Amino acid sequence: MKTLLDPPACPPLGLRPMRVHEAGGRGRRSFALFQAARHPGPLVWITPAHLPEQPLPAGLPMGVAERLHLLRPVGETDLLWCIEEALRSPAVALVIAEPQQPLSLTAGRRLQLAAEAGRTTGLLLIQQGGGSAASETRWQCEPAPGPEDSTLHHWQLSKNKRGTNGDWMLHWDGTTAAFHLVSEAGKRHQPADPAR
Amino acid sequence: MALADARAICPDLATRPADLATEAAALAALRRFTGRYAPLVSVDGADGLMADISGVPHLFGGEAALRDDLQARLERAGLHAQSAIAPTRGAAHALARHGGGILPEGRLLEGLGALPVTALRVDQATAEALSRMGLTRIADLAHLPRAPLARRFGPGLVLRLDQALGAQAEPVAAPPEAPHFGVRMTLPDPIGLQSDVMAGLDRLLDRLCTQLAATHRGARRLRLDLRRVDRQASQIEIGLARPMRDPARIKALFAKGVEEIDAGFGIDALRLSAPVTEPLAPEQIGSTPAHHEDALADLLSSLGNRIGFDRVLRLLPSDSLIPERSFTLAPAAYSQPAPSPTHRTRPAILFPPEAVTATGHPPAQFRWRRMQLTTLRATGPERITPEWWLDDPAWRSGLRDYWRIETRQGPRLWLFHTPQNPGWYAQGEFP
Repeated sequence: MKTLLDPPACPPLGLRPMRVHEAGGRGRRSFALFQAARHPGPLVWITPAHLPEQPLPAGLPMGVAERLHLLRPVGETDLLWCIEEALRSPAVALVIAEPQQPLSLTAGRRLQLAAEAGRTTGLLLIQQGGGSAASETRWQCEPAPGPEDSTLHHWQLSKNKRGTNGDWMLHWDGTTAAFHLVSEAGKRHQPADPAR
Repeated sequence: MALADARAICPDLATRPADLATEAAALAALRRFTGRYAPLVSVDGADGLMADISGVPHLFGGEAALRDDLQARLERAGLHAQSAIAPTRGAAHALARHGGGILPEGRLLEGLGALPVTALRVDQATAEALSRMGLTRIADLAHLPRAPLARRFGPGLVLRLDQALGAQAEPVAAPPEAPHFGVRMTLPDPIGLQSDVMAGLDRLLDRLCTQLAATHRGARRLRLDLRRVDRQASQIEIGLARPMRDPARIKALFAKGVEEIDAGFGIDALRLSAPVTEPLAPEQIGSTPAHHEDALADLLSSLGNRIGFDRVLRLLPSDSLIPERSFTLAPAAYSQPAPSPTHRTRPAILFPPEAVTATGHPPAQFRWRRMQLTTLRATGPERITPEWWLDDPAWRSGLRDYWRIETRQGPRLWLFHTPQNPGWYAQGEFP
């Protein structure tokens, strides 16, 4: 039964708004950047202070660097508190966080409630096997090798609370929000032999 | 006298560079202290204070008693000072620098006559010219006709002379007091409940925000001092991500601090002050974008107050080709967002260089983070030379040739080779 309380439908490869999602795998940061480029508005990226990886503004998709706020809390408790506080704020469009330990069901549920209260979307970049049962969707993201001048990504939707799972191979060059799906057979969408 | 001359006369001379900023600050502090003797006090030159004590001396028992009181208090504070009381500002200035004392009304010329002309606040050139003419004392000048004096030495000398002798008015120009943002509340009975403290804070915030609104300023940092019945004190300090004077939003930030306070036997006095304020013009209310900004500022304030404002950061572009220095991490509360240019040749994620064990140039196979990777395609090299004007330990290995390496296993990495110290390192990851 569809009610007014149901969150709006989301496009393929989009994140359902007002929920917290998870992404894992080696390509999880690329997935987060892809989502950041597709969410207009302020972005918050929460990483533990000891993590050596940090975003390089020149390499981020267009328009992401100036909207991005980096939080570097010390300790897992502060990190979770930051995620919850950022999710609860109505000003933020997307909250990306990298928790280092698996989330308990209570913590995961708490984040979902915070996201609903603040009408924001959350994306947790999880370690291998660190998923929470409370998450709305879980994505398995891997970079894939491809032909010349392509940046292929293999993104699998392995858990979905309201919908079906999926498996996409797409070409996204990391500069804008635009992407091209690569068809199953590996063929191009345009005619092989253009009309003269 | 030049320092070299002074050293020649006295070889053991100890010298210190003048610290003008500290001296000015000390003088400003003394000016506040002198406020106890007069409503109008101004700084007079680099080393003096001028107070307009008209109508005040009887409160201290006469001019002599006032001056004695001032001297005694300064002496107790360890300050050696000269003071003078005179009917005009110029005369007081002259007398204070030449012995001090009190000049009664109507006997100006007698008191000042014996002082040298340099006491008149004239420049060095004029003073020298006067002494060449044989006019060394103020008394020599006072009876000379004004017009030839002005023609010869300029109007400045005559003006200073008239000001010292009272022919020309010269008020004490006291600067306006800087507004003080602090309110306090003492309670007849001690309080101990959180809700009571918050209610007290509510009233203080209302008053403080009214003060701030009247001067068109917003608080950037707020401190709440709580005094307990047993004279113990505790304080809560919060920072704000941008200047603010909205009581409800500021109150929310105090909630956590008040929760952690130990009330002991009760709190009987509260004091709220804004040590740091910034200009904040009145805003039109009701527009949506402003609300959005407010919400973001609220978020940054609450985050900064818990994890520290230096951990809530923003990426700002900076002018360098070195990847690590091509951006700065600035506290978001104290910076404005700036657009940064996008280059496709730069990775999205940067990390400190990690050595990889590689074979070939560019490497056909290499090991990075326990992964055996095979190169599918290598793009490069892009040579970046160290900035010689900065000594960066990470760049001591010399030139770097950067390659974008796409691997058969998937990851697209940013590797560099150091030709001067052969070795391969990974520094970034492309999306």
